Amino acid sequence: MVSKDQFRQRLKELFNTQKLAALSTHHSGQPYASLVAFHASDDLKHIYFVTPTTTRKFANLSADNRVAVLVNSSTNQAADFHRAISVTAVGKAEVVDGSGSETIMIQYLAKHPHLEEFVRSPSCALVQVAVDSYYMVKNFQNVMELHLEI
Amino acid sequence: MNWILSAEQIQSGDRSRVGGKGYALAQLARRGFNIPRTVCVTSDVYQEFVISTGLRERILLELHRKDFKEMRWEEIWDCATRIRNMFLSKPFPNDLSREIHIAIGDRFRDKSVAVRSSAPEEDDARSSFAGLHESYINVSGVESILKHIRLVWASLWSDAALLYRQEIGLDVEKSTMAVVVQETVAGDRSGVVFTKNPNDESQGIIESVYGLNQGLVDGTVEPDRWIIDRASNKIVTHTPPERKYWMIPGPDGVRMAELPGHKSSHPPLNSVEVDAVFQTALKAEDSFKMPQDVEWTYDGDSLVLLQSRPITTLRSDKKEDDRGWYLSLHRSFDNLKNLRQKIEDELIPEMIAVAENLSAIDPAGLSDQDLAAEIKERWETNHKWVNIYWADFIPYAHGVRLFGQVYNDALQPDDPYEFIDLLTNTDMASIARNNMLMELAGIIRSDQHLAEKLSQGDDSDLDNKFRSMIDEFIDKFGDLSCSVTGGKNCVLGTGPLYSLLLEMARHPAPAGGDQKSDRINSLKQKYLNSFDDDQKDRAVEMLELARSSYQLRDDDNIYLGRIEAQLLAAVQEAKLRLEDMPGRQASNMLKEVLKEVDFRTGAPHSDQAPNDVGERLKARQLVGQPAGPGIAQGRARVIRKHSDLGDFKHGEVLVCDAVDPNITFVVPLAAAVVERRGGMLIHGAIIAREYGLPCITGIPDATTLIKTGDAITVDGYLGIVTLGDSGL
Repeated sequence: MVSKDQFRQRLKELFNTQKLAALSTHHSGQPYASLVAFHASDDLKHIYFVTPTTTRKFANLSADNRVAVLVNSSTNQAADFHRAISVTAVGKAEVVDGSGSETIMIQYLAKHPHLEEFVRSPSCALVQVAVDSYYMVKNFQNVMELHLEI
Repeated sequence: MNWILSAEQIQSGDRSRVGGKGYALAQLARRGFNIPRTVCVTSDVYQEFVISTGLRERILLELHRKDFKEMRWEEIWDCATRIRNMFLSKPFPNDLSREIHIAIGDRFRDKSVAVRSSAPEEDDARSSFAGLHESYINVSGVESILKHIRLVWASLWSDAALLYRQEIGLDVEKSTMAVVVQETVAGDRSGVVFTKNPNDESQGIIESVYGLNQGLVDGTVEPDRWIIDRASNKIVTHTPPERKYWMIPGPDGVRMAELPGHKSSHPPLNSVEVDAVFQTALKAEDSFKMPQDVEWTYDGDSLVLLQSRPITTLRSDKKEDDRGWYLSLHRSFDNLKNLRQKIEDELIPEMIAVAENLSAIDPAGLSDQDLAAEIKERWETNHKWVNIYWADFIPYAHGVRLFGQVYNDALQPDDPYEFIDLLTNTDMASIARNNMLMELAGIIRSDQHLAEKLSQGDDSDLDNKFRSMIDEFIDKFGDLSCSVTGGKNCVLGTGPLYSLLLEMARHPAPAGGDQKSDRINSLKQKYLNSFDDDQKDRAVEMLELARSSYQLRDDDNIYLGRIEAQLLAAVQEAKLRLEDMPGRQASNMLKEVLKEVDFRTGAPHSDQAPNDVGERLKARQLVGQPAGPGIAQGRARVIRKHSDLGDFKHGEVLVCDAVDPNITFVVPLAAAVVERRGGMLIHGAIIAREYGLPCITGIPDATTLIKTGDAITVDGYLGIVTLGDSGL
């Protein structure tokens, strides 16, 4: 049986190897999905991404901060069905600014150095998703959940 | 690309495309050895087939359903069965089919051929796959050849091959298979020759039989054996067997027949031929620069080499043993027929008699000394029968598997387990027990007064008919108290039986177990119609064997349970005496003997559920094997200890480590069955199928990840248990 530590380890491996995540927000009940470049905190409590504040996703999460983030290791091949791992994080999004944001930004840019110009733009916001739970799918249909202590 | 190569066309760079066997044959041909007309269907054809049909990923999905190391042998067999069926039911894509039709049809249109495996990882000096992949003899007609090519491909994924490849660390994702198609040489004498005796390198060995080689290779025909001195080429010893049988071409393959009398008195080879065979093999050794294991046959006076491979003696004994064990689980039809006779005519009647004889002695009437002796004797008796169970009853279960393979080969059904329906509704002891329970529950259901009295624990005033039925039930199956209260700590009494009956009576009788005879009859007709007239008798025999094997899968535990119950009754008596009179002198004797028989102390499974504090890890979807179709929802009843059975409520999902027939009396109450132990032919799956319940087997940690009271959904089509509702 997988332990919490093994579960966390798998999450970390996935987050370290993947750069992009699918973000799910909604507008008046209509779901909306978008791709974001993400970074996860070491303790896995937070997932971060940067978005222009003019976007639909930003408007949506500003109106309702409940979001889902999907990260997966698929490579667009048939073998993904038995090999890939997919993780959905469910939580609440908020903009981070002020004192703590610079440390996070440095970590974020360490993973996505080519986005430097983008993330420093005044029209962009650093968004933090406080994760309530993770749902991990592997072996095609095996699903385990980790509910974080809040 | 040239997908199919004749032996003459194969070049040195083709080894990975044609496999070890194909490559060795090409080299033999090139060096002037006499081999049958041979073509090789390269591994490119295999790759093209599995990729264009989507089979490649379906196989990998099947194998990655869960960690391979967590799979029991039975589950691996199930995997192999499903994969085999995928190959059988997938036709060749048109372009591939056209090409093979031309290549095979041109060469072998009216000829009988052998279709042999030639895996690229096979037959090198490092690993030996001898016997693990299939070869088929005496195959005629292009369509049949195409079918057998697919069967050889499927054998890349046979249970034995999967286990062996896992053991020696070969990557299943890279596995591929070439196939050798070879004109049949109906040799009248055949054999194998080892140019070096693995036990004495100064010697070589020749083994020979009359007819075809298959009897020698699979060990059913005893060969003549010559040991030859390599230096002098002289025969050192000749060991003749009792020559009784030979393998000859049959209607579809080969068959064993009695050896005609005039042959049985002479060895298949004379000394000149022994020398000729050995010299030819030495030439092959010289040619390959390694000691060789060569299969050959004499077609009249002409010596033909069928294959040559390096002798693999460098492998450790342990691996050799394991491969042998995997192979031993596959019994031949004839072997199983003999086993059936032994089990049905000797073992089962003896088991019943043993249990009856034991029950004739009332432990309460024995002195302490006699009771101690009786416990010891019953323990030894029980132990003996447990051993017989492993030695004879477990291998006999292969009868069901063998039938499944024959059925699937003949009919290629969409559902590879359709054949089980043809085996159900046999008179299994556990079903007979449950039918009696349901009948008793039916009486209680219609008699409110009786129900009330039993609920109050009062059975003093039962009417005679009901009382005699209860007595008959207890006489046959016990009062279930040991199953409910657990092993040697059980407390005999009718309480658990009445509780179960009352729970059954509170709800309508289950609809399952009804007569599916129309479907079964039509399946049986479909099965028999798929055989030619001259093979129908064997098909019927095969079905009868499978039905007997299927039924025994369940009944053997019941019979074994009866013997064990007698042991428990004696143990129980001893414990009562020790409690009543702790200081008595003789009690030491009883104490001693109780220590000796300390078995079945554990509950069915006693893992502790994980603690739920702070951060929580929980399962949402658990994947196992779909072992009974249907979808059901209900509260889980996880059987961790025997007494959990007593709490079982109508409509709950039975979740347990391993369903054994002695606990399946709760199944008529259940909405579905979930089992940790995997397999399609295990008791949980069999009994669920009998009652038409959704069933999933082979879920690792089922009894720890699922908790009693959890709302769960059992999808018996896909083999997925979902915990909780759709909320987050």
